[in-house]
Amino acid sequence: MSEHSTYVPGSAAEKWLDERLPVARFAKEHLMDFPTPKNLNYWWTFGAILVMCLGVQIVTGIILAMHYTPNVAMAFDSVEHIRRNVNGGRIIQATHAVGASMFFAALYIHIFRGMFYGSYKAPREILWILGVIIFILTMATAFMGYVLPWGQMSFWGATVITNIFSAIPIVGESVLQLLRGGFAVGNPTLNRFFSLHYLLPFVIAAVVALHIWALHVPGNNNPTGVDVKSSRDTLPFHPYYTMKDLYGMVLFMIPFAWFIFFAPDILGHPDNYIQANSQVTPAHIVPEWYLLPFYTILRAIDFNVLFINSQLGGVIAMGLSMVALLVVPWLDTGRVRSGLFRPMFKWFYLLFVINFIGLTYLGAQPAEGIYTLLAKVCTAYYFIHFFVVLPVLSRIEKPLPLPTSISESVLGKAHA
Amino acid sequence: MIKTKTILVALTLALGLSAPALAQDHSAPHIEKQNWSFAGIFGTYDQNQLQRGFQVFREVCASCHGARLISFRNLAENGGPGFSEEQVKALAAEYEVVDPTAEGGVRAGVPADRWPSPFPSEQDARDANGGSLPPDFSVLAKARGLTDPFPFWIFNYFTGYSEGGVDYIHALLNGYHEEAPEGFDLPEGKYYNDYFPGHAIGMAPPLSDGQITYEVAEGQTEVPLTLEQYSTDVSAFMMWMAEPGLVSRKETGFKVLLFLVLFAGLMWATKRRIWAGIEH
Amino acid sequence: MATQAQHSTTRRDFLFVATGAVGAVGAAAVVWPLINQLNPDASTLALASIEFDLSAIEEGQSVTITWRGLPVFVRHRTPAEIEEAKAVPLSDLKDPQTDEERTKEGHEQWLIMVANCTHLGCVPTGESGDFDGWFCPCHGSHYDTAGRIRQGPAPKNLVVPPYEFISDTLVQIG
Repeated sequence: MSEHSTYVPGSAAEKWLDERLPVARFAKEHLMDFPTPKNLNYWWTFGAILVMCLGVQIVTGIILAMHYTPNVAMAFDSVEHIRRNVNGGRIIQATHAVGASMFFAALYIHIFRGMFYGSYKAPREILWILGVIIFILTMATAFMGYVLPWGQMSFWGATVITNIFSAIPIVGESVLQLLRGGFAVGNPTLNRFFSLHYLLPFVIAAVVALHIWALHVPGNNNPTGVDVKSSRDTLPFHPYYTMKDLYGMVLFMIPFAWFIFFAPDILGHPDNYIQANSQVTPAHIVPEWYLLPFYTILRAIDFNVLFINSQLGGVIAMGLSMVALLVVPWLDTGRVRSGLFRPMFKWFYLLFVINFIGLTYLGAQPAEGIYTLLAKVCTAYYFIHFFVVLPVLSRIEKPLPLPTSISESVLGKAHA
Repeated sequence: MIKTKTILVALTLALGLSAPALAQDHSAPHIEKQNWSFAGIFGTYDQNQLQRGFQVFREVCASCHGARLISFRNLAENGGPGFSEEQVKALAAEYEVVDPTAEGGVRAGVPADRWPSPFPSEQDARDANGGSLPPDFSVLAKARGLTDPFPFWIFNYFTGYSEGGVDYIHALLNGYHEEAPEGFDLPEGKYYNDYFPGHAIGMAPPLSDGQITYEVAEGQTEVPLTLEQYSTDVSAFMMWMAEPGLVSRKETGFKVLLFLVLFAGLMWATKRRIWAGIEH
Repeated sequence: MATQAQHSTTRRDFLFVATGAVGAVGAAAVVWPLINQLNPDASTLALASIEFDLSAIEEGQSVTITWRGLPVFVRHRTPAEIEEAKAVPLSDLKDPQTDEERTKEGHEQWLIMVANCTHLGCVPTGESGDFDGWFCPCHGSHYDTAGRIRQGPAPKNLVVPPYEFISDTLVQIG
């Protein structure tokens, strides 16, 4: 977008620096003057909110690591030590724990925003794929972080999720032992999860950098989905979107703070206040809420398909649910991006959202009775949406007429 | 359109966030929620209640249940039962604590020591209690919970309901029956309780009317010496053990929320001012 | 027109400055706990002050105890040692301090000092060295019977921690 540079060094020192390391030029072009569509709504602030979430998790996480002990005999008590003895420890720990949930809340909103406005469509496929990679990495990080307090849910969550790998034909058992560092989840598992939980956020941060890079090549999508045509369609990122994003962040912090200070444990499970015990399984094993949709898909396959047994089938289905996200730019090939101008897509999108909420809800239910049936239906619909509905809609749907430009649509709205 | 979407997202979040709460057993009997002084935004512990609860804990519960994460000094810290440092020092000195560096391996306790375990090992605890392990009390009030039926659990996220554990403990202590209902096969050495999962609990009814005599200090109101009172007091004390910093956390939280609302207002005005005159 | 424009500029500036100031206050309020968590925690502070019973230490004996993670010498000095310490003229000392300044009145027989050599922190050995006090084997510092530096690279006397006698046999350190 910014082929011609807006940066002019103001002094000899700036010029000297600019010829060697053009950080000021980079900041000016990409953080200050970057041309951004003028019609972005508040759903677009979640990108900045997610950057904040990652920052909060990294800062509080580094602090927690200063006081935490990754050893099966001491991990549980060391987390309580943080809560009870470390200065401000209860708040810092709660921020990290609640922060994981807030991170995913923002992440899901960000993803669903992208899906509604067709932000994955050309030329933003790489941007979208990097986003899905961030999503998967974040789930892995969150899962390993949840193991660290070494409560009952930590232990059994780790047991159940690592068991996924035993579904791999032939080498499954060996892979499982390799991952756990033993025959069951134990001290070696806790230690490596701690190490990886510390490492992955920085990997995520690196992929985020690529994500933003990929964003800055074509520039932002926008609610109309119409390409930017002239400078009348855009505003410089600063101060317009810096202020709007900051305002969004402050608003986001209100529910965040509510949970931290008034209900820090409500998003977790009481069983995780019981120290891990390899002899007793809790009555219901439930992952954290943000993993539930995929957990439902994993559990939904309770039947053998040809030579694939049900366990492997569940793992394949879960993997496929991620693959569906990765390839969606090539499943939804319609040229109109925004759902606002797609009369049929709009309703299927709504159905998909409801179905996704259903998957989340079902993941928390015991796998029995009507729930298993519903789980199968919702799982099936998840895939139907991606592999049937989207390709078919792309062919048969007649989109509404698009505004010729962003500025025109903006004026139309202002005059309406 | 925006409105429908807003509602949708709010629903997604509410459902998603609250789903885990649904995972618990639906067949459990209804647990009556109590009016705890420490519930809600302005909740604080009632010092007198914590002192009474401590007495119940010390005289009854502590003979089988440990509290390994509690130090004597906690009893004198802000937001707790409010014992004086001298009282805590004297209390600690009444206990023997294991210290390999001391002569004979034990010495008198000091405020910095943890609450001593009633049994030297887990196996000893089981042997003394017919095979059942009396759980440690340190975080027990947060390790239990109760399930509200749909859609009431959704409201808990807005009220910040965090007293499920103490509500359960209170109900459990009041939920004993002398005899199991007809047709229930109660194993030897177990007791029937309405609220315990599976109903057969290893703990004999620990509290009964008139069992403990509360010392009424000057200026304190006298409380009835009943099971109901004991169980409420000890539940409150267990909540404090599990969450000793609750009072300061909520005080800070109130300030933080006030600040955020004010700051959000300013940011809103600033953002509007900057965007003034831009069609968007 | 001009005044109106100026007026609105002032109001805008005020809003921006107010928002910025409130934001800065908020940022500072967030940063402080993130730094303060590095300070000693409550369990550490609870051990910052300890009580120690002196009754078991015979004259001429010393013990090493732990206080705030540091080794501390508690020595029950003989009358000869006390006399020797008092007899030293201040002019002979590298770090002039009288024996009275290093002990508590009425309890001159008790010498309580952090057991780290003031040179580079080794623990000196007792009843040795050229001055009948302590000798640090690491770099050869000699201390006298009041723990004062007499010879060698150490710059200061052995540090006397804050302490007081609760009774004749019970001392509170820290």
